[in-house]
Amino acid sequence: MNKKKLNLIPYIFIGPAVLLLFVFTFMPILLALVISFTNLNLTGLADFSTIDFIGFDNFVRLFQDDVFIQSIGNTLFYVIIGVPLAVGSSLIIALLLNFVSNWLSTFFRVIFYMPSVTNIVAIAVIWGFLYNQNYGLFNYLLSVINVGSVPWLEDPMIAKLSLILMAVWKSNGISMLIFLAALRSIPTIYYEAADIDGANRWQKFTKITLPSMSFATFFVVVTTLIGWFQFFEEPFVMTDGGPLNGTNSIALFIYQEGFQYNEFGYGAAASFVLFVIIIIATLIQFKFRNKDQTL
Amino acid sequence: MKLKNNFERTVVVLLLVIGGLLVSIPFIWMILSSFKREIEVISIPPTFFPVEPIFSHYIRLFTELDFGVYLVNTLIIVFFSMFGLLLNTMAGYGFGKFHFRGKEVWFSIVLVTMMIPGQVTMIPTYLIINGMGLTNTMPGIILPGLIAAFNIFLIRQFMVTIPDDLIEAARLDGAGEMRIFFRLILPLAKPIVAVQAILTFIAGWNSFIWPLIIANDQSLYTLSVGLSLLKDENATSYALQMAGSSIMVIPILIIFVIFQKYIIEGFNVSGIK
Repeated sequence: MNKKKLNLIPYIFIGPAVLLLFVFTFMPILLALVISFTNLNLTGLADFSTIDFIGFDNFVRLFQDDVFIQSIGNTLFYVIIGVPLAVGSSLIIALLLNFVSNWLSTFFRVIFYMPSVTNIVAIAVIWGFLYNQNYGLFNYLLSVINVGSVPWLEDPMIAKLSLILMAVWKSNGISMLIFLAALRSIPTIYYEAADIDGANRWQKFTKITLPSMSFATFFVVVTTLIGWFQFFEEPFVMTDGGPLNGTNSIALFIYQEGFQYNEFGYGAAASFVLFVIIIIATLIQFKFRNKDQTL
Repeated sequence: MKLKNNFERTVVVLLLVIGGLLVSIPFIWMILSSFKREIEVISIPPTFFPVEPIFSHYIRLFTELDFGVYLVNTLIIVFFSMFGLLLNTMAGYGFGKFHFRGKEVWFSIVLVTMMIPGQVTMIPTYLIINGMGLTNTMPGIILPGLIAAFNIFLIRQFMVTIPDDLIEAARLDGAGEMRIFFRLILPLAKPIVAVQAILTFIAGWNSFIWPLIIANDQSLYTLSVGLSLLKDENATSYALQMAGSSIMVIPILIIFVIFQKYIIEGFNVSGIK
């Protein structure tokens, strides 16, 4: 009797959370898979009988859609430029922070983490003003040193770089903390031993610091990479994918198809393409890591 | 690695100061601009400090614009996201400390949802909310973000480390399961729950996409959605926009500075090395 009563307890604990997660996150995954093979749009939502299964038509159409192809190209651009910048800058900040005294380190950690807690719309408002071609602070500072005004958000190529700069600024905080925690956990005895052997600073950095941080680096690179493949908020709030579709990303394409054109089936199909790209990129990373370890 | 002399220490501190200034420029510029007149904000060359600081943009946000309503809605979302954290913590405890039928199945559902990018579920979640007739309602805004699989996972990892004997002893003393959870488990899990509470607060305050998708009436707008509306409707009122951004950003920065210790220590708790 008592035993039976006890068995209900765990379900009381997990029940509410699991139920909500199932309805609002797990079921949508299955639903996304189903609707990506249909022509579901706004009419289909009003009248289910107009929904047809159209096989792989959405996926075929995607790869003939110039906007989608361009957004894949842009996303790769974001990843290739943005990930090294984001990982590199947060590593450099962490290394510098590790040199200074505790209270200085705490102070600057707060400063460098601030952008990570800041709302993306507020960031868009502030940076949009800084990037403003006529009244912006950046162009004014450039004009002081006699550089002509830069079309920060008006030129497709420069706009991509401007968004990357902003995103690196915003995202440094968490990676910095992870790197710093890893740096702090390296036993000082390693460095003392290296000193006795007469190792120089560069040798200590490449032979002790970097190898000791290999897991942190791997973790940061994988999560940063996944994050940049899903690059969405920055182009959404700053440029809405423009100019000339030059800053559109895959994630933004999905949003536009789903919520601006109400092409739910087509958008869901694009989301699976993004998912597959992320999985492939992550698997490649894991493969490289295994190789490293067997060497 | 340690620095050898004072010269090197000065160089490092100098680099940090320059980096810190570069990172802070957007915040400094936002706050200073919000106290300037519109005409001063777009003057060339720009002034650094406001010539004559004014507070009228902030007043206008709450009198002529609906920032009061947006603020209340944002606080409602923050409140419910805290309730969501309680549910996450309960689930983490359930998965970490109980054995029951179907545990593996349910936990793999948690893990699967953790790995799927948000864009995949965005459209179908909207369709489900639409099917429930919850579009343009507060529950529709709150429900999709209430549970975070990653939080359940993190909390579960912590719960596993709590010794079973402790819980058994409390049961032998006749404590009920809920009493054990609130009086014993929650205090023990304070380090991880504290971090999650701050991060959940920040996420709730900043939530943007779901309120934007679900809310049609301005009476349901959050601060971030209201701010994006302000950006579109008053595209050239830069000082007003900066005041709106300050309302959005400064409270969260204050909260962050007060509680930053927990966040930073939290990264050691979650054991990333």
